[in-house]
Amino acid sequence: MRNLLKNRNVSGWMLASPLAVVLVCFLVLPIAMIIVVSFWGATEFSIYPAFLFDNYAFLFGSPVTYSVFFNTFKYAVITWGFTLVIGFTVAYFLAFHVRSLTWQIALFLLCTIPFWTSNIIRMISWIPFLGRNGLANSTLISWGVIDEPLEWLLFSDFSVILAFVHLYTLFMVVPIFNTMMRIDRSLIEAAYDNGASGLQTLTNVIIPLTKPGIMIGSIFVVTLVMGDFITVRFMSGSQSANVGRLISNDIALLQYPSAAATAVVLLSTVLLIIAVLLRFVDIRKEL
Amino acid sequence: MTGKRPRSFYLLAAFFALFLLFLYGPTLTIAILSFQGPDGGLTFPMRGVSTHWFADLFREQAVGDIWGSFSRSLVLGVMVMLTTVVVSVMGGLAFRKRFVGSTVIFYLVITSLVIPSILVSLGVGLIFSQSGLNVHWSTSGFGSQLTWTLPFGLLIMFAVFNRFDRSFEEAARDQGASAWQTVRHVVLPIIAPSLIGVALFGFTLSYDEFARTLLTSGSYNTLPLEIYGMTTNVTTPVIFALGTLTTLFSLGVIAIFLLSVWVQSRRRARHGSDAGQGMV
Repeated sequence: MRNLLKNRNVSGWMLASPLAVVLVCFLVLPIAMIIVVSFWGATEFSIYPAFLFDNYAFLFGSPVTYSVFFNTFKYAVITWGFTLVIGFTVAYFLAFHVRSLTWQIALFLLCTIPFWTSNIIRMISWIPFLGRNGLANSTLISWGVIDEPLEWLLFSDFSVILAFVHLYTLFMVVPIFNTMMRIDRSLIEAAYDNGASGLQTLTNVIIPLTKPGIMIGSIFVVTLVMGDFITVRFMSGSQSANVGRLISNDIALLQYPSAAATAVVLLSTVLLIIAVLLRFVDIRKEL
Repeated sequence: MTGKRPRSFYLLAAFFALFLLFLYGPTLTIAILSFQGPDGGLTFPMRGVSTHWFADLFREQAVGDIWGSFSRSLVLGVMVMLTTVVVSVMGGLAFRKRFVGSTVIFYLVITSLVIPSILVSLGVGLIFSQSGLNVHWSTSGFGSQLTWTLPFGLLIMFAVFNRFDRSFEEAARDQGASAWQTVRHVVLPIIAPSLIGVALFGFTLSYDEFARTLLTSGSYNTLPLEIYGMTTNVTTPVIFALGTLTTLFSLGVIAIFLLSVWVQSRRRARHGSDAGQGMV
């Protein structure tokens, strides 16, 4: 028994077993179930076991699918661009321009606190800003910039992307800041000593060394945006669609097999993107 | 890097201030608007100042089952928090050595983190409905939320154990401590501040979780689901009042957690140990 406990495989598995149980029951089995159900048939009221390719045939045969996937990629790419630029700048300021560790931690916490509050509330809170009679419109009118309220501020692609950037920028800030804090400061001094300008140091030293953080942040942002359905629904006023909304609409109509087929395609796409991004970074080394 | 600050500092500081305004501005706006007078609407101008909409929350018939859903979210949050801490610590300990299948579990954890939430909701919902079980927030909802909180807890534990000085454990073992005694009296006290962090993630991510609970909570809503339901049929500032209260509650919880980390590190500093001083 003692020897058995000393065996690292046995002790490893004993410690990891609760984790494994949760992951199998609530991740692996649900994914398997979705894959199985994606081949099932559906009537208006119920679903029945079968082995049909109808759901996939319908999915790939419909032009809606392609435009919705295109829309999803569009949101992901634009949000990624904004969160990267904003997140990098914020992290750079915190890591290299704030000098005392106490201030760094305090300001860093200020950036992360919204992460622990409700996303839905944070979305709702844009309404008084962006609405027809909202702060943005009334301010712009009072400044004389516009004569009539802008209609595209709320319930448009603009507000969707604004909300995404608002919700997810800190997923860029945290990993990038974490990587930057580990950069050996003498490397930067060496760059300056060799006559590099601030910009050259940034592009030739800091950005390459920050790449792992950028990759991890990108993984977060891209997957969160691609899997989202609630932000798009709420901020577009149900006028735009992404893949997540396609799935949730099918669910609302009790068309589970069709929802499952879309889910399988979405999951494959997301995992493919992650696999590509993971080629650039070794997550376990970065923790 | 001493002396006068470069001009770029001021530019970046201004950018940072704008970023904070962007982060917190909208929330502050609805906090102000929740004090609208009884005739006020969802946007400015303020038509008087009152606590009318907060009072509305306490009137049973005015809005849905807010207090019921709040207490469910609270209980669920505590359940998820405790489970996340225990399972993450065990998982973190397990991953300190490679074992057969550890890579598989690691990639499952990553998958759990990046999988679109609605898929977990859909899959768990389907399993329960097809096997004739009733979905309930304390069973299916609980499990679904763990797939979101556990990856965060584990990533924190990985980070902690990557920086862990093993000589403390070796010292304990050399003095005859058993494996359990080493964990109980040496490892756990050293990683305690990080456990508060894991608990913070566990509770708040559960308390605010929406997508993974959507199809798995059954007929009794959690608070985020209740709020989501309100967005479609409530057009008064009562929703801002609710938003303000639940945000204040979250901030209170965060403050308690951060404060206890601070108190712990102070106490530790007094006792003169330098363990756990690395940044996570």
